[in-house]
Amino acid sequence: APMNLFMRMSLTTHSFLSSFHSHLCFVISSFQMQFMLLFSRQGKLRLQKWYVPLSDKEKKKITRELVQTVLARKPKMCSFLEWRDLKIVYKRYASLYFCCATEGQDNELITLEIIHRYVELLDKYFGSVCELDIIFNFEKAYFILDEFLLGGEAQETSKKNVLKAIEQADLLQEVRGLTILIGCARELFGGFTP
Amino acid sequence: MPAPIRLRELIRTIRTARTQAEEREMIQKECAAIRSSFREEDNTYRCRNVAKLLYMHMLGYPAHFGQLECLKLIASQKFTDKRIGYLGAMLLLDERQDVHLLMTNCIKNDLNHSTQYVQGLALCTLGCMGSSEMCRDLAGEVEKLLKTSNSYLRKKAALCAVHVIRKVPELMEMFLPATKNLLSEKNHGVLHTSVVLLTEMCERSPDMLAHFRKLVPQLVRILKNLIMSGYSPEHDVSGISDPFLQVRILRLLRILGKNDDDSSEAMNDILAQVATNTETSKNVGNAILYETVLTIMDIKSESGLRVLAINILGRFLLNNDKNIRYVALTSLLKTVQTDHNAVQRHRSTIVDCLKDLDVSIKRRAMELSFALVNGNNIRGMMKELLYFLDSCDPEFKADCASGVFLAAEKYAPSKRWHIDTIMRVLTTAGSYVRDDSVPNLIQLITNSVEMHAYTVQRLYKALLDDISQQPLVQVASWCIGEYGDLLVSGQCEEEEPIQVTEDEVLDVLEGLLVSNLSTPVTRGYSLTAIMKLSTRFSSVNRIKKVVSIYGSSIDVELQQRAVEYNALFKKYDHMRSALLERMPIMEKTASNGPTEIVQTNGETDPSVVETKHPPPVTQSTNQATDLLDLLGGNDMVPVIQTSVPTKPASAGGELLDLLGDLSLSGGPAPTPAPSVPTSQPPFLLDGLSSQPLFNDIAAAGIPPMTAYNKNGLKIDFTFERANPNPNIAVITINASNSTEADMTDFVFQAAVPKTFQLQLLSPSSNVVPALNQGTVTQVIRVLNPQKQQLRMRIKLTYTHRASSIQDLAEVNNFPPQSWQ
Repeated sequence: APMNLFMRMSLTTHSFLSSFHSHLCFVISSFQMQFMLLFSRQGKLRLQKWYVPLSDKEKKKITRELVQTVLARKPKMCSFLEWRDLKIVYKRYASLYFCCATEGQDNELITLEIIHRYVELLDKYFGSVCELDIIFNFEKAYFILDEFLLGGEAQETSKKNVLKAIEQADLLQEVRGLTILIGCARELFGGFTP
Repeated sequence: MPAPIRLRELIRTIRTARTQAEEREMIQKECAAIRSSFREEDNTYRCRNVAKLLYMHMLGYPAHFGQLECLKLIASQKFTDKRIGYLGAMLLLDERQDVHLLMTNCIKNDLNHSTQYVQGLALCTLGCMGSSEMCRDLAGEVEKLLKTSNSYLRKKAALCAVHVIRKVPELMEMFLPATKNLLSEKNHGVLHTSVVLLTEMCERSPDMLAHFRKLVPQLVRILKNLIMSGYSPEHDVSGISDPFLQVRILRLLRILGKNDDDSSEAMNDILAQVATNTETSKNVGNAILYETVLTIMDIKSESGLRVLAINILGRFLLNNDKNIRYVALTSLLKTVQTDHNAVQRHRSTIVDCLKDLDVSIKRRAMELSFALVNGNNIRGMMKELLYFLDSCDPEFKADCASGVFLAAEKYAPSKRWHIDTIMRVLTTAGSYVRDDSVPNLIQLITNSVEMHAYTVQRLYKALLDDISQQPLVQVASWCIGEYGDLLVSGQCEEEEPIQVTEDEVLDVLEGLLVSNLSTPVTRGYSLTAIMKLSTRFSSVNRIKKVVSIYGSSIDVELQQRAVEYNALFKKYDHMRSALLERMPIMEKTASNGPTEIVQTNGETDPSVVETKHPPPVTQSTNQATDLLDLLGGNDMVPVIQTSVPTKPASAGGELLDLLGDLSLSGGPAPTPAPSVPTSQPPFLLDGLSSQPLFNDIAAAGIPPMTAYNKNGLKIDFTFERANPNPNIAVITINASNSTEADMTDFVFQAAVPKTFQLQLLSPSSNVVPALNQGTVTQVIRVLNPQKQQLRMRIKLTYTHRASSIQDLAEVNNFPPQSWQ
């Protein structure tokens, strides 16, 4: 399968961890999301979803460097950048950066739509979602993501169906005060950052 | 034992920490509590504890001691436990740890669970992080679920199957039956994931690809329905129905239509329809258009469709959204070779993108611009690209400069324009220019004979302004060394000649020697240039002084040069003028770039012949015209061979290098020619060490001859055929002296007609002893591919009885066997 036509044409090359590269190499598929990161403007990680196997050390290194790179981007720049052997698609929503890494010939514009759909889902679920929601209910953010994407691909293209599934699953949760707590979160911990 | 603190409360507490140390302390305390709770095998709070651990893990703290706990949670019957357990497994475990295999059984059970949401958790985990072993074990379960009528599970199973195939490609076959009616599903989720699965299979296996081609009509139908159907609130995004599915279908069509005429034709109409009807006001519409364009370009689409696609890209270029411009430039770069003319139409828009603020867009625009340069637009394009070079970020400058040089070399409308362009690059981006551009440029300048005066003048003026950019300084030094005489005599025709004295020029060159800005390589260039001027300027004494000063320089390179130049002044002054003569035209090989140039130590500084080993190199390259003047003929064109640059300071190899670097009419001269294209006629390379210089065995049947016999000097030629090339005649000259006085400083030079090539190896000595007590031998190799009659003009110089003798002769009496 054709790989990395973009990188081939790029005149600059970035060096990268050899182990990192070897793990990306086993995936021949031309389109695959490697990982998704959510982080704040201060560089604090709020969610990390990895679709390729990497050691903790490698994940940390990648995260650190990529976060730095994205945060250094100016507002006028486009949402795409080449980084190491990957294509990075990122978008900022309020105080959170949503950052996806894909390999190969992915359609960056549709990846932007994927990101947007995820934000919409969070927004519908939490009701005007803000960073604090993600911080205090990170496990919910993961659950929602895992109902939307599987292995880096969209499993459900209907917003309604994703939210319905989450709702049903939530109902299955044995009452431990968790469902009540979600509603209380705002009262207990107040303070929204827009 | 009090209940462990709740997750949200922990989060709140940790966030109150004011310092990293405080946070660490809190974390450590909580971890300790969690650890003891784990030790107590507390089922009730395990879930809460693992959740807290996951939070702390996200902050960057180690959480490996929770791995087994995740497995226990997964094995639990409670859904809450499983949910957190699987999440923990995905975050904390990966296939490197053996412990992950313990999940396999749990996942297997959960895949068959009565609750679909539990099955969903299992499928999700397997599809996200399943190792090859797990995939092998559980592929059967996944395949089963792929056939279920429950669309919630079916869609997940499809993506899980994709993951299984990626990890264990051999298992692909087993999923084939289940794909039979995937596309007849109405559920979009299943459709989407099915298309992903089919795409994966087609990409991995040509057989699968061929098998699934028959789905093209069905895919086309589905796509058509999506476009034509009315508003569907469930899947609508800004007025477009399920863009995710549309894009994936277009992608699959691309793979199926590639290299297949029938499939391509079957999808032609729908592609045209999508291309023309998709709403472009929002990103989502453009995403679909983009995918459509990619598909059109990749399949065997008819030309009308291709033009449509390029025009879409052209419109993208004008879009306000920089993301759209970015993808347009990327795609155009891919198609510029195949659809060159179509892309040319958008040239001005592309050039405008050079001014974009975004680095990625600028880079693509630059690459695309260079791809679009041709003979017709070179002037206009170069103006834009040079402007870009002026103002762009340093990260672009090297590539841009190289691109400019390449384009200029290919399409320069005139020599003057070419030189001007080079000057512009050197003066604006001179420090970013690649090292190997210097020799390229020097060669170019040398060969633009009529521009020498103009070039040296411009370079000189540039030096007056700025000596910090090394490539510029090196090229300028070299030129001043070569053409300094033109500079001071004010011979420039192209522009107002400047008035400059010899002393001023030497001031500038000496300034380079002492400046801190000059690199050692640059200093080498300038010292050599100064030396060359000793034969062009009259202020020889000044030059002598400079040269002798550097004889004790701590820079070894400089010192060596200075010592040898000193020697030239002292012992070999008679050779100096010949040695330092103007460089001849260098033969150009097909244009190519930097890779053709031989780099030695990364240094390509010119060095006059290293005269370390006696007998010294006695001859130099003469300018072509000089030899013609001397020999008087106009059909004799000494074909100057290009020479491979020698290492400036390499001990033993030196002599062999000298032998290899021969030009016509003279001897070896790896002279001030910093690299030159290396593709030599093969026989020249034969001349290196492996070939014996002197072959005793006379060539079968070719009789020797006397070429010259006058004033006591006799020169005999003996012949043999070179192996393996029979077109090469190897002539050994024997010079003998029957007079009573030695002939010293003996130099033999030769010229042959245009159709021949000649190589002169080093002589055995430069003294022909008196009274035939010995001979000077020298080997000439003549390449005669057209088998023409061999003729030669020879020039002899020597000192005899304190007077300098010079003579010319024509040798016409070659035996036919020597050239037939």
